[in-house]
Formats: sequence, structure tokens, C-alpha cells
Amino acid sequence: MRKLVPSLGRRLVIAVPYFWLLVFFLVPFFIVLKISLSQPMIAIPPYLPVFSWQDGIGGFIQKLGALSLDNYLWLAGDPLYVNAYLSSLWIAAVSTLLTLLVGYPIAYGMARAPLSIRPILLMMVILPFWTSFLIRVYAWIGILKPEGLLNQFLMLLGVIDQPLVIINTTTAVYIGIVYSYLPFMVLPLYATLEKMDYSLIEAAEDLGCTAFSAFWKITFPLSRPGIVAGCMLVFIPAVGEFVIPDLLGGSQTLMIGKTLWNEFFANRDWPVSSAVAIVLLLLLVLPIVYFQRAQARAQEKAG
Amino acid sequence: MASLGSIRRSFAPWADPSAKPYIRFENVSKRFGDFVAVDDLSLTIYEREFFALLGASGCGKTTLLRMLAGFEQPTSGRILLDGQDLLRVPPYRRPVNMMFQSYALFPHMTVEANIAFGLKQDGMPKAEIAGRVAQMLKLVKLEPFAKRKPHQLSGGQRQRVALARSIAKRPKVLLLDEPLGALDKKLREETQFELMDLQHDLGLTFLVVTHDQEEAMTMADRIAIMDKGRVLQVATPAEVYEAPASRFVADFVGSINMFEGRLVKENAGIAHIRDASGAEFWVGGSTRAAPGDTVWLAIRPEKMRVSRERPPEAENAFNGEIWDIAYLGDMTIYNVRLDDGRIVKASMINSMRRLEDALTWHDRAWISFSADAVVLLTE
Amino acid sequence: MAGTWGRFNVAALVLGFAFLYLPIVLLVIYSFNESRLVTVWAGFSTRWYVSLLSNRGLMEAAWVTARIAFISATVATVLGTMAAVALTRYTRFRGRLLFSGMVFAPLVMPEVITGLSLLLLFVAIGLDRGFMTVTLAHITFSMCFVAVVVQSRLVSFDRSLEEAAMDLGATPMRAFFQVTLPIILPAVISGWMLAFTLSLDDLVIASFTSGPGATTLPMKIYSQVRLGVTPEINAVCTILIGVVTIGVIAASITNKRRELRRRREELLAFGS
Repeated sequence: MRKLVPSLGRRLVIAVPYFWLLVFFLVPFFIVLKISLSQPMIAIPPYLPVFSWQDGIGGFIQKLGALSLDNYLWLAGDPLYVNAYLSSLWIAAVSTLLTLLVGYPIAYGMARAPLSIRPILLMMVILPFWTSFLIRVYAWIGILKPEGLLNQFLMLLGVIDQPLVIINTTTAVYIGIVYSYLPFMVLPLYATLEKMDYSLIEAAEDLGCTAFSAFWKITFPLSRPGIVAGCMLVFIPAVGEFVIPDLLGGSQTLMIGKTLWNEFFANRDWPVSSAVAIVLLLLLVLPIVYFQRAQARAQEKAG
Repeated sequence: MASLGSIRRSFAPWADPSAKPYIRFENVSKRFGDFVAVDDLSLTIYEREFFALLGASGCGKTTLLRMLAGFEQPTSGRILLDGQDLLRVPPYRRPVNMMFQSYALFPHMTVEANIAFGLKQDGMPKAEIAGRVAQMLKLVKLEPFAKRKPHQLSGGQRQRVALARSIAKRPKVLLLDEPLGALDKKLREETQFELMDLQHDLGLTFLVVTHDQEEAMTMADRIAIMDKGRVLQVATPAEVYEAPASRFVADFVGSINMFEGRLVKENAGIAHIRDASGAEFWVGGSTRAAPGDTVWLAIRPEKMRVSRERPPEAENAFNGEIWDIAYLGDMTIYNVRLDDGRIVKASMINSMRRLEDALTWHDRAWISFSADAVVLLTE
Repeated sequence: MAGTWGRFNVAALVLGFAFLYLPIVLLVIYSFNESRLVTVWAGFSTRWYVSLLSNRGLMEAAWVTARIAFISATVATVLGTMAAVALTRYTRFRGRLLFSGMVFAPLVMPEVITGLSLLLLFVAIGLDRGFMTVTLAHITFSMCFVAVVVQSRLVSFDRSLEEAAMDLGATPMRAFFQVTLPIILPAVISGWMLAFTLSLDDLVIASFTSGPGATTLPMKIYSQVRLGVTPEINAVCTILIGVVTIGVIAASITNKRRELRRRREELLAFGS
């Protein structure tokens, strides 16, 4: 096989972003891994490094023995962490399902809207995504708190006499996640639903399906790629979510992102927070790889 | 046009052993993974020639063109242009220009800027560029559209911009990838002649890729018929049509009737052939086959005659029944079913307005052809 | 098709968009509330906007944030565009799988992990935390978003345009800058805008990687929000929302106009 020597430009185009991501994305993970295996101490930085660059290969092998899994044993032994992981997965799963239930009708409505207004609807879904995440979560505090707008409104209608306690509960976290991640669910769903050939539904109805069973037997299965993509885009970041449980969930909501934050900022325990991060990453590695492969496949199809 | 025709007839460097080859493909192969796009292909093209690569899609003709332009590297073999090996020359330094099938006009530039693009890359002085662009615009009759952008042009105008852009640099060779593919039939016929005049006036070498045999036959000095990455025949349009080198070529160019048989004997330039059903054929010309060998007889429909009576002078004649008639105005095509069940196609020029006693469906008829009408093929 | 756009669909859209927009609308409305109590309407006032101007801490944070967002978006756009070109143009090079993995993973990576890992990197290489480290962190995650936006444009880009440029004598570099870049520019610009707002919005990664003297606006807002909802914060948020909304809508209207003009001209070309 004869080949031209790759040009300098080509090599630069690959090498520069590649190198950047290696240094600022991949290497940091190994540092996290390394620190998660070290002993905590009160110092700056607050950990005792296991390896140092001066060790050389011999020192490296010698020090392998000094690696400690203490931090991981600590995580496994303390129900606080185990529960935080489990509850994060649970909250993320429930919120993902809720987001799907809320997002599907919106995406469906958009895909069936007259062609002329579709770009505007699309724009309207994307616009909140551009406005600050923090602000959007913050907006809910004023609505959900006991003397907040929702309770005022419901009491005005006479639906309730006592204010509902929503803020600082898991319910508020669900609402926050559904609200914040809704565009991530709607966009991929819309993309698949919009491409779908409507004559398939007409054919199904022509063959005797009711509107509902046509939806259930044709539209829904065909929109599966969109459902999978949307759920991944909501579930993965939701597991490690910090802002929403912190601002809306109060002290009772246990989520791993918040635990990591507290471990790091309040307890200054870097090795344990690194171990927390590594375990969280391990939990998410399967869905992330799955997502990445689905992306790559879609990209190949498009190319 | 008359003078052009006579010049063309005398232009035949391929027949002159002392003529210098201009483009040479030497044992060129190109593989994409397991797929062999071009298979050990050798081809010589001469200066000022209008050369066509003709074949179905996927036959490797576009890959060949792209290798000459430099967008693909041959897996093995070499390509020479005017004596220079092009292997290490990147596309932007090759003295060839290409007219793309999609035209590939730069959408963000005006017609003028598109035509000037290549000249600017060469660092030509501004005044000279302006002069050349004006000349090109005049050549393709697009002067009023200089300031327009590609999307403000019709399909035919875009095609002419693409042409002007690719000849503005006076390339040694102009490569044309399905140049007329996107035009409608009428425009295509006009443009064929425009391209021929242009090529002649500018004295450039044209290498055109097409799947349209009519286009290739009309425009080209020589045609290379390609299939599965190989060249099956290189010849003038008339040779390709009248003396196809293989069954594939015969079948690919125009329509043809094919009979398979065995050579019985060959005597004084007349070959005697018998087919499986026992039918006998008498064919003129040398077969280069031994008695007993399988040979194929190819006869063009217009060289067959349909008549009620057997013409006494015809060397070959078979009886059958009129199966289908297609009246096309200038000619009529008859499908005749021979008694052994084979269908033979014959076309007759309608030189008289009304034929007394015209043949019609299910009439018995003779189909006949002379010994010279047949092309004998051994492969 | 219009007939199938039934009541159900309309209802789904109305409710859905109400859910998406009502909280923001309420927040904006209450930023003009006279009262300090954010949930009791006491008449229209712009006093909180006025008091913002004298809040030096907030103004400083806003300035820091704007600079970080500008620098990081610009660098991220360059790097992200390069990554997109590498991914779409060069289908075979060593480590491509790892490369595409590193481009797509940050899109879904929990921010706490990205933030923590970057901080530990900065500590390990002894880089003082501050303006610089936040900027580096923002470049890293927003370049991946830019890469995805630009890549989706490049996938539909007609490669024969680049080949035509090279055929006419342009080196690959010139072909990119004179032909490819001008054509994909709208995607590059929206990539830049996305990177800019991502940086503007980010709380978690900035909190990890920032140091003294580099407090960003979201960090400032967050520390005040933890103390409770105040109309002043509502006012800051309203301004931020306003800036982003105007930017996004202006960009999309410009695009739409260009599209419309183009279509009209095409009709003229074929009509005549």
C-alpha cells in the first residue's frame, strides 16, 4: 500500500485537540485514580502522594505495595455513601422516566405541527437550554417554597388549605431535573419523530388499527433511537447532579454529586472525594460507552 | 461544422506509431479495502484528444479520473502526464483541472470570483486575472451574470460557470466528470456540440467520464469501454459500434442480437457456423477460431431486414412470426419470434410514407441479413 | 397533515411550553417587584436594577465571567473546529477511537467529576488556581460542544468543493480557509455562542477550579441563593436571560433572513 506522507496541516489538526484532551481530560482521571489510592493528611495539598515523578521505575514498583484501598473500603463500609449512590441512581432513573413522559407528547406535538411553525417550536425548546441552568433551578425555589407562588395559587383556588411541603423534598428534585433536562429529551425525540414517514401510520390505520394502537405498534417502536438517546442524555448527568439536589432537595435528599461536593469543600478530604468520583465514573461507564457508540454509529450513518 | 468534421477525420495520433503519448496509465490498480476499483489498467491518451471513459456506475471510471486529478493515490502502477510521473505531485500542483459532476461551485463567491479562484492561487497579477475572467465569461456567454452567486443561476448557467472555472487556468488536461449529467435532454444535446467546439478552439486535451453512450459517441475521438476496473476496448466511436471487441462491448453499446454457435469450417473468407438448434449461418471475415470452437454472432437490428418473402440475395434468412411492432416515426422496430422460440430485433427505416401491404402482428415473415452484417466474437 | 394535528397535540405543546417558560417568566416579573419579599407583589419598580449597579462584588464577578467566557469560547471554537475536522475528514488515524471518545464523553460527564479531576490536575502540575485555571477548564469542556455542533455541519458539507479548490491550485490549508470555513461559518459561530453561554452558566466546574480573585457570576449567585431568594438576584438573572435571549434570537433571525433571501433569489434564477 503506497501512501502520501500526511501533511503538516493534517497532523496539526489532529494533534492539537487530541493533545489538549489528553492533558485536560484523560490525564486528570488518572490523577483522580492515583489520589483515590493515597492517604489523607492535613496539609496542602491535603493528601500524601503515593507516587512522585522522581521515583523511577524501581521506586514505582516498590510503592505499589503502599497503595491503599482504604478509601474504597471506607466507602463500602459507610452506609451514607452506599445509600447516596443507590438513591442517586434511583432519583436519576425516576426523573428520566418522568422526563420521557413529559417530553414525548411535546416532541410528538412538534413533529406533527404544521411545517411552517416547526422551526419556531424548535427554537422555543432550545431557548431555555441557552439560559443559565442555575437560574432556571433558582426560579423554582420561589415557586415551590411554602409561601411560594404555587402554594399561593392553589390556596387561592381553594384546592388546599395548608401549604404543601414541596421544597427540600425529593419531589422538588424530580421537578427540577425534569424541568432542566427536558430539552435534552425533546430534541432527540423530535429528530426521530420528525423523520418518520407519516404514511406508515395511515397504512396501519388503513389496515384496521385504531389511532392509539397505530401509535403503540408503529410510532413508538420506530422512535426508539430517539428514546434511547434522550434517556441517556438525561440519566447520565442526572446521576451526578449537584445544583438541583443542593438547591431544591435540601438536607434530606441524598445524592452522590452533593456528597462529593461536601466531601471536597466541607471536609477537604481529597482522597475520599476522589474515590467517590472513581466509583461514580465506574457506575456511569457502561451508559457512557453505550451513548458514545450510539453517537458514533449515528454519525457514520449520516456520513 | 463541416470543416470541423474534416479536421476531426484526419486527427488520429493513436494510429501514428511515432506520436508521443500525453497521458499514460501504466498498470494502475486501486483497491479500497477488498474492493478493486481499478484493476491493472494501462491506457494511453494523446494531446488534443477528446477521450471518453464509458461504463456503468462502479466500473472504476471516476476513480481513474480522480487518480489523474490527484484525489486518490493508485495502490500500484504509475501515471505519467507529458512525461512527468504524477505520483508525488499533490492535486494542487497538477497541471490538470476538473469539472465536477456536482459542479462544486463555491456558493459564497460570485461567478467572477469562482472563475478567478484558480488564477488567484497562482498569484497572477490582478489586471491579468480580470482580463482572463472577462475572456472566460465571454466564451461561455455569461457576461451579464458576472456578479451573481451560484444559487442565482439556472442549471445550465451553473454548468457553464463550472466549465469556465476549470479552463480558466489553461490546464494541460481538462477532466470532466459526467459533465452533462445534471442537464435536461435538450440542453444536453446543445451542450455536447458546444463542448466539442470549445475543445477544438482551445486545443485542450479533454478526458470525460460518462455512463451515457450517446454522449460518448457524439463527442469523443476515442472511447474506452470500462467494466469492473478494466478497459475492455479502446477505439473510435465507429469501431466500437461496428467492430466491438467482445460480447460485453457489443451488448453495452447500442442494442444487438446475439447468437451462439460452433464454427463448422472457414473457407475463402466465409465462415460456416451452426448453432445448437441446427440453424446455419454464413459469415464474412476471419474468425481466428478453429473448427469446433464456440463463437458468437452479433448483428445490429438496423442490419437486419424483415420481409414477407425470402430475399434471394441474403446469405442468412430465417422464418418467424411478427411478435411485436414499435413504431417510432423515423423507424419501426420489429420483434420477430423465430420458429425455435428466440426473439430477434430488427429495425427498418420508414423511408416511404405508406407501405402497401405492411407487416402486422402475427404475420409470417422472413428475417434476413448479409454475411458482412455480422460481427464474429470469440470472447 | 394539518388535520392530524389534533387537540391532543396542541394541548401537549401548550402545557409543555407553559411548564418550560412559566418559571422564567415569573422570575422576570418578580425582579420588578417593589417589595423585598419576592413572593408578594407590591407594585412595579426598577429599584433592584439600580441597586445592582452599586453592588461592586457582583459587577466584578460579572466582568470576570464575561472575560473568561470570551476567551474560553474563542479558544474552544478553534480547538473544537479542529477536532470536528479531524473526526469528519480523517476516518483513519491511530487512536481515533480514543479521540472520539474524549470528544463525546464530556458532553454527558457529571460536572462534579470533570471539576474535581481538573482541579487535581492543576494542583499536580502546580498551577495556581484562578482566572487562568477556570478558563482552561471551560475551554476543555466547551470545545467538545463546539466539536459536535461543527461536526454535524461538516457531515453534510459537499467535499467536492474542497477538492475543487485544491484542483484549482489551493493548498489544503488555503482550501480550508477560503472555501470550507466561510461556508461552515454559521455553525462555527453558533458553536462559539454555545461555548460562551456554557462558560457564562457554569457553576460546578468553576467552583472547583477557581481560586481567590476569580469568583464568577454563577458562583456569586449561588452563594447568595443559598441564603435565600432576593429580588436583586432576580434582577441579575433577568439581565442574564435577556442578554442570552436577545443574542440567540438575533442570531436565528439573521440566519432565517439570509435563508429567505437565498430562496427568493433561487426562485428568480429559475423563473427567468
